[in-house]
Amino acid sequence: MTRDAAREADWSDWMRAALDGDAAAYRRLLDALTPVLRAGARRGLTRAGVGTADVEDVVQETLLALHLKRHTWDRAQPLMPWVVTVARHKLVDGLRRRGRRIELPVGDFEEILAAPEERDPTEAGDVDRLLGRLAPRQRDIVRSITVEDRSIAATADRLGMTEGAVRVALHRGLKALAAFSGSMT
Amino acid sequence: MKTEDLIGALVADTATPTRPLGSTMAFAALVGVISSGLLFWGVLGPRPDVATAIATPRFLLKFVECAGLAAAAGTSAWAAMRPAADRRLGRAGLAAAVAIVVAGVLAEAFVVPSADWGTRLLGTNWLHCLTLVPLLALPAFAVLVAAARNGASTEPGRTGAILGIAAGAIGAFFYAANCTDDSPFFVATWYTLAIAATAVLGAFIGRRTLAW
Repeated sequence: MTRDAAREADWSDWMRAALDGDAAAYRRLLDALTPVLRAGARRGLTRAGVGTADVEDVVQETLLALHLKRHTWDRAQPLMPWVVTVARHKLVDGLRRRGRRIELPVGDFEEILAAPEERDPTEAGDVDRLLGRLAPRQRDIVRSITVEDRSIAATADRLGMTEGAVRVALHRGLKALAAFSGSMT
Repeated sequence: MKTEDLIGALVADTATPTRPLGSTMAFAALVGVISSGLLFWGVLGPRPDVATAIATPRFLLKFVECAGLAAAAGTSAWAAMRPAADRRLGRAGLAAAVAIVVAGVLAEAFVVPSADWGTRLLGTNWLHCLTLVPLLALPAFAVLVAAARNGASTEPGRTGAILGIAAGAIGAFFYAANCTDDSPFFVATWYTLAIAATAVLGAFIGRRTLAW
């Protein structure tokens, strides 16, 4: 077995564990996949000639899609073909939407796009903008767990809710984010 | 938002367990067939001479054709809603379903004199067929599409069309028990047209509802 194949077999194992509720394995998997998705997004956006300013947005939309659709993976199959298909779908989807949003010829943006990025390269704005469209309570919860890096238990404590209610609100919030990103214009 | 923050939220969300897509779709198929069946019993019911018709090969062939097509389209849709799934079984199934219909037509052409082909093809109730098959397909279609939203179709229009074929075949299966036109010529023409209509509707609705 080559090193890549061994690595991908590990990833399949981690996803199987994650589907059975192993959060640590899931974090390992997402941490390992993220650089791969980033490289793929960078290559895809470059090839489409739209510049690489939106790489991290595509990465985050793809992670969200992988997460919400992980039950469509057949655990008897290797993970990567499924990941690649989802990632390509989100890239094409993102390009289509960006095509609609940026109606001016790309040439006009070349200077802006070529300018050095000042923000943290792993930071992206789309999800933040979408957060603003969530219901206030949902937004509080998603923000508490993402940006403020609190656990479900700590968030429940702070907002005076049960853990079950926070769990449900987080799940609905993530689904809403994905739905918004699909309809973003 | 930083990507690592988003990952933190996704990991936290594993607290909400996923429901296996297979059980969602199997349940939807069951509910879909039952709801179309109930509509059939409510508005149509079987033809009066069903007890004698059941012994004739032409009548029985209609059910074989419709059930085969429903199963094949269902298999095909099951692959279409899962990224990177193997589509070969679904394709083979659809080819087999078409082959059964073609074989029926050839057999009919062999045993019926060509002077009668026109009347056999036109039958008596083609307008019923074109309207009632899509009507009976609607409950199954609604249930299947709603469930398929849990899937991940990279080609939503195509998946919608396949679900339209599956639902159309379910509707045709029930309609066949009421329909008095049993000639394979009639079935290959009008049933196919009716199911094509549900496929077009499915493509149209799938594009809007199965995107993710």
